[in-house]
Amino acid sequence: MAKVELTINGKNHCFEVEDRTLLVNLIRDHAQLTGTHVGCDTSQCGACTVHMNGEAIKSCTVFALQANGAQITTIEGLAKNGKLHPVQQAFTQCHALQCGFCTPGMIMSVAGLLKNNPKPTDEQIYHGLEGNLCRCTGYVNIVKAVKKSAELLATQKQSR
Amino acid sequence: MHAFSYVKARTLKEATDTLLAHSEAKLLAGGMTLIPTLKARLAQPTHLIDIGGIEALKGISLKAGQLTIGAATRHVEVANSPVVKRAIPALAYLASQIGDPQVRNRGTMGGSLANNDPAADYPSAALSLNATIVTNRREIVADDFFQGLFTTALDSDEIITAVRWPVVGKSAYEKFPHPASGYAMAGAFVAHNTKGTRVAITGAGPGVFRWMEAEQALGKKMNAKALEALQLEAADLNEDMHGTKEYRANLAKVMTKRAVAKLSGK
Ligand SMILES: Cc1cc2nc3c(=O)[nH]c(=O)nc-3n(C[C@H](O)[C@H](O)[C@H](O)COP(=O)(O)OP(=O)(O)OC[C@H]3O[C@@H](n4cnc5c(N)ncnc54)[C@H](O)[C@@H]3O)c2cc1C
Ligand code: FES
Ligand code: FES
Repeated sequence: MAKVELTINGKNHCFEVEDRTLLVNLIRDHAQLTGTHVGCDTSQCGACTVHMNGEAIKSCTVFALQANGAQITTIEGLAKNGKLHPVQQAFTQCHALQCGFCTPGMIMSVAGLLKNNPKPTDEQIYHGLEGNLCRCTGYVNIVKAVKKSAELLATQKQSR
Repeated sequence: MHAFSYVKARTLKEATDTLLAHSEAKLLAGGMTLIPTLKARLAQPTHLIDIGGIEALKGISLKAGQLTIGAATRHVEVANSPVVKRAIPALAYLASQIGDPQVRNRGTMGGSLANNDPAADYPSAALSLNATIVTNRREIVADDFFQGLFTTALDSDEIITAVRWPVVGKSAYEKFPHPASGYAMAGAFVAHNTKGTRVAITGAGPGVFRWMEAEQALGKKMNAKALEALQLEAADLNEDMHGTKEYRANLAKVMTKRAVAKLSGK
């Protein structure tokens, strides 16, 4: 057992975990934030995607102890003051989810993509979402939602 | 997953000492290969030594025609580095095509080379450019480093600290990615300078290898057409549910032609 201190969605936490505990299990079981999903547990599907120090990572493929001192953002951390994040708004407006299982990871990946590339082309969107699988939507509306997100984020920036 | 003790190394010395103290210890860099391996119970180390936080193993620098990249430098850093893009653009491009963004945000150059997966991308660049693998003990040229399926010249207690890439001439990389994982079904890294041309093929065989016939043909004429008449020997190539030996032989040729066309504009 070992101690992990980290920040999740701006809140400081300290947990006792087993050395082999995965970050996703710390998030779901210890911090009780179950928005982050486990789809494959084999680094393929991206349902477990969260941000670690501002970068999208697969939390099923990082040990909790590797995140010692890190700042983690999960899907629960995106909405501010009861208002959905622009990427979340775009996903609802564009009908970019059906069962919703992939959605938290998908949204975290899109947020990561747009941070590095605020106006991606279609090709860049496909390449940027290669780490996330969706079994329902056929991706068409997800790509639409990424473009909508880009627009919303741009207007949000302007109005600030 | 079997239980193990996690050790965070702050310095290279700490990592080396811990590695020497425990015969069944393993290094953990990005974890993008090792953690899935542990989950599948294909390895059972007693200790994991996390070298991901050692500053001395990180960073990119260009000096006297050599691009030096620390072993713990992540794929995303190589892909986005203005220094790498200017010095060896094909290397930055290669890094941008590894797996997916989440994998590139964690995985490292040292981990990829030490693992020597037969379908990994970096080994082809290292062999084609004959990069030098620097360890905590010695320097190993790529020609001597790769020894077939998941096998390298590294001793069990040796740590890659950096990789030195010669900056000379032109190079290009093309791969046909497996549609699910992104690993190369076949990939070709072609490097050309005044000393000659080297072609390294990954994904097709049990380990990265040089395609000598293609090198000779390109030595005479740096042109994709020069490869037209060649056929890569299929007998020793990989065969699995994703493709036959013959399919991979052809794919490797197509990737080599594309890389040559990219490099030479012909
Ligand atoms: C979904 C997915 C897709 C992927 N797609 C690709 C792809 O398209 N192309 C590709 O090339 N790779 C791909 N990979 C593998 C990825 O590039 C890994 O990052 C890389 O192979 C290993 O690097 P790592 O830093 O994660 O190493 P780890 O997983 O931490 O370690 C791998 C091995 O190397 C050893 N090691 C690590 N660092 C050192 C060092 N400095 N010195 C000595 N030994 C060391 C470890 O002990 C371990 O045995 C993919 C991985 C995943 C999960
Ligand atoms: S659960 Fe982590 S990638 Fe699928
Ligand atoms: S909405 Fe069902 S998996 Fe994506």
